[in-house]
Amino acid sequence: MITRRILLWIMFVLVLVALPPLATALGQTYYIDLVRRVLILSIAAISLNLILGYGGLVSFGHAAYLGIGAYSVGIMAFYGAASGWLQWPLAVAASALVALAIGAVSIRTSGIYFIMITLAFTQMLYYLGISLAEFGGDDGMRLKARSQFSGLVDLGDPVAFYYLALLLMLLSVFLVYRIVNSRFGMALRAAKSNDPRTRAIGFSPYPYRLAAFVIAGAMCGLAGALYANHTNYITPGLMSWQQSGDLMFMVILGGMASTAGPVIGTFALLLVEEVLKGWTEYWQVVLGPLLVLSVIFFKRGLAGMFYKPDA
Amino acid sequence: MTWALVFEQLLNGLQYGVMLFLMAAGLTLVLGIMNMVNLAHGSLYMVGAYLAVAFTGWTGNYVAGVALALLGTLLVGMAIEVVTLRALYNRDHLDQVLATFGLILFFNELISMIWGRGAQYAALPAWLQGHIELFTGSRYPIYRVAILIVGLLTAVLLWYVVTRTRLGMLVRAGASNRTMVAALGVNIKLLYTVVFGLGAALAGLAGLMAGPIYAVQPGMGELILIQVFVVIVIGGIGSVRGALVGAIVVGVVDTMGRAFLKPLLASVISPPAAEAAGPALASMLIYLLMAVVLAVRPAGLFSARG
Amino acid sequence: MLEVRGLTKQFGALRASDGIDFDVAEGETHAVIGPNGAGKTTFIGQLAGNLRPDSGTVRFAGADITAFPAPRRARLGLARSFQITSVYPDFSVLQNVALAIQAHAGHSFRFWRDARSDPALIEPAKKILNDLGLAERSQVLAGNLAHGEQRQLEVAIALATAPRLLLLDEPMAGMGIEESRRMIALLASLKRRHTIILVEHDMDAVFRLADRISVLVYGRLIASGTPEKIRANEEVRRAYLGMEA
Repeated sequence: MITRRILLWIMFVLVLVALPPLATALGQTYYIDLVRRVLILSIAAISLNLILGYGGLVSFGHAAYLGIGAYSVGIMAFYGAASGWLQWPLAVAASALVALAIGAVSIRTSGIYFIMITLAFTQMLYYLGISLAEFGGDDGMRLKARSQFSGLVDLGDPVAFYYLALLLMLLSVFLVYRIVNSRFGMALRAAKSNDPRTRAIGFSPYPYRLAAFVIAGAMCGLAGALYANHTNYITPGLMSWQQSGDLMFMVILGGMASTAGPVIGTFALLLVEEVLKGWTEYWQVVLGPLLVLSVIFFKRGLAGMFYKPDA
Repeated sequence: MTWALVFEQLLNGLQYGVMLFLMAAGLTLVLGIMNMVNLAHGSLYMVGAYLAVAFTGWTGNYVAGVALALLGTLLVGMAIEVVTLRALYNRDHLDQVLATFGLILFFNELISMIWGRGAQYAALPAWLQGHIELFTGSRYPIYRVAILIVGLLTAVLLWYVVTRTRLGMLVRAGASNRTMVAALGVNIKLLYTVVFGLGAALAGLAGLMAGPIYAVQPGMGELILIQVFVVIVIGGIGSVRGALVGAIVVGVVDTMGRAFLKPLLASVISPPAAEAAGPALASMLIYLLMAVVLAVRPAGLFSARG
Repeated sequence: MLEVRGLTKQFGALRASDGIDFDVAEGETHAVIGPNGAGKTTFIGQLAGNLRPDSGTVRFAGADITAFPAPRRARLGLARSFQITSVYPDFSVLQNVALAIQAHAGHSFRFWRDARSDPALIEPAKKILNDLGLAERSQVLAGNLAHGEQRQLEVAIALATAPRLLLLDEPMAGMGIEESRRMIALLASLKRRHTIILVEHDMDAVFRLADRISVLVYGRLIASGTPEKIRANEEVRRAYLGMEA
C-alpha cells in the first residue's frame, strides 16, 4: 500500500541516490563528503532514537559508542589488521559489550540519576581515551589504513563509500522500524508510556531496556567504524559530552519516536551548522540560543510537519 | 613517596573537594527543590573566573575584583533564570538538559569572542602568594589554605542558613512540597530566583577561586561539572550534607589517585605497564567509585527524597 | 486462593497495615471497604506487589508471593486495575488490550514480526473489547476516551491477562450514575467466572456484588463476613459513619 509516507521516503532516497552524479557534474564534490557525514551520523542518531525516543532512556552518553567503534577500527589498523571484515564486527561487538556493562548498572536507576550516570561513564571513557598515549592521547591518531573489504568496496572511493553509507543508513532505519513494532518494541514502548501499568500486566521493564540499550550501542559502534574511515582520524573528542548532546539534538529536532525523525534531525542540525560555520567563526554563539529556542518552542520536532508521527 | 607528600596531596584533595562542594551545593539544591537539571551551572563557574580576572585587572584591587565578580555572577545567574529557566520548570528533564546544553554552547563561545580561546592568567595579590610551613616540614601554598578556609566557612554558613533561618526553612519545605508552599502564600517564583541566585554565587565563588590554580579558559566549567554530577549521585539529590560528603570523598580519591596510583601500581606490576595503566585507571577511579555506590545505594548516600 | 496473614506495614509512626489476616476463596467476590485513611491503598499495594510488608505473608494459590515484585505476581495470574486511571494514553484502545494479551503470552523477546497486526494478539483483544462494549472505540487513542470508558478499559486490560484473581481498586471512581450502573452490570457478569477483590467506596456496588465484605479501619481489619452481617455490625456502623443501610 503506497501511502503518503512511503512516497516521501522514496523521493528522499531518490534525491540521495542522485546526489553524487549531480554533485560531480556540477563540480561540487564537497557535497558528497558533507552528506556522507550526515548519513553516517544519522545511523548514530537512529540508534539513539531507539532508546531515547521509543524507550524513554535519556542517555547522555551515547557518543561513547561512536568512539568505541572508531577506536576499534583505528587500533586494529594500527596493529596491521586492516580487514574490514574483522574490524567492523569487532567494533560492533566491543560497543555492545560496553553498552551491556554500562547499561546493567545505569538502567537500575532512573530520572536525573540515569542522565548523570550515563554522562559520567562516557566521560570516564573519554578520559581513558585521552590517557592512552600510545594511541595519540588527547590529539588522537590517524587511521593507518582504511578498512579493506577484499575488493568488494573501496572506501577510498568517495562515491562508493557514500553509497555504502546510504545503504547502511537505510538498513538501520528499516531495522529499528521492525524492532519498535515487534513484540519487543511494544513492550519497550509500553514501559516508556506507563511504567507502573506495564509492571502490573506482567512485564519487567529492565531486561527490555537493557537489550535495547545494547542494540543501540552496537548500532552506534557501526556508525563509529564508518566515521573513522570517513574522517581518517580518530580523537577522544568523538566521545565527548558535546558529541552526546549533539546526538540528542539530532533525535529531538527531528521528532522522537518516529522513523524518519532522527534522519531529518541529523540533516537539519548538521546543515544548520554548515550554514552557520560559513557565516562566522563563533557559530556556536548563534547555535546555542537556536537550540534553546527550539526546545522551548518547538516540541514536536520537524517530522511532525510532514506527517503525524507514530511508529 | 613520603608521608609529607601523602599529607600534602591529602590537603590538595580536600581543597579540590571543597571546590566541588561549592558547585555541588548549589546544583543539588536546584535539583532537589526546583527539580531542574541545569547544565549551565558550569558556565557560571567559568563566568566567575573570567569576571574575577577582568575586574581585578580593571580595578587593580584583588578584593574589589572578587566582590564584583561574585556580584556579576549572581546577576548573570538570575538573568539566565528569568530568561531561560523559567520556561523549563514544568518541562521534563530531557528538555532541561537540551536547553541548558544550548546555553553552554552560547556561553563558551561568548567568552571566546570576548577573551579569545586561550587560557587567561589569573593573578594573585602578594598577601595570598607564598607558603606556610606544615607540621610535616614541607611548604604548602597559602592560597590553597585560603581556599580550604573559605570553603569550610561557606559550608558552615550554608548549614546555618538552611537549618536555622526562615529562608532555609522555606527552601527545605519547597523541596518536599512546593505546591503547598505556594499555597501558603509564599512567592515561589521569588524563592526559586533566590535559590538559583545563591547557587550561581556559589558556582562563581568556586570559579574565581579556581582561576589561579587551574586554567581559566572556555570550557573549564564542563570539566568540573561532570565531576560535580558524580558528587551529587554519590551524595544524593537535594542533600547539602550529601554534597559535602560526596565532594570530599571525590576530591580526595581523585587527587590521591592521580598522585599515587601509578607509583603504587609500579611496585606491584612492571613499571612500563604501570606507566600506561596508572593514569588511565586514576582517571577512571571516581567513576568506578560512583558505580559501586550506586550498586549499593541507588539513590545516593543521603538522598533527600524518599 | 489468596491468604494473607499478619500483614504489617509501618511508615514512621503510622501503622498503615496492622497485622491484617485476610482470605479470598476461589470464585468469590470479596469487597474491602473502609473510611478514607484506613490504609486501603497500602493494603492493595502489598497485595499487588508494589509495597513490601514489614512482616506477614501473602500466599496466592498455595505459593508464598510475599517477596515477589508486581510483574511476577501478574504473571502468576494476579491482575489489577488502578484507582487513578492508568492506561496507555498514546496507544489505541485495541493496542492497550493487545499489550496485556502479549504480556500474558510469555516473554516478548521477539524482534521482527509486526505485533500491531499479529492475530494472536489482536483477535483475543477484539473479543475482550466486544465483551466490554468498547469495540466501537477500538481505534481511539486511550487518552481521548471519556472517563467512564477509560475505567472500562482498565478492567479490560486486567481481564486480558487471563487472571486467576482480579484486584479492582475503586473501579467506580469518578463515575456518574449511568456509568456506574453499567460498570456494576459489567462486574456482575464477571462474578461467575472470576475471583475478585473489590475495593470500593460505592456502597451500592459493594452490597450488590460482594459475597463477603471486610472492613478496614486505621490499618486493622475490624470485621469480615456476609453483607447482612456487616450491615448489622455495631462497630462497623460506628467507624464508618454515613454508611447507607
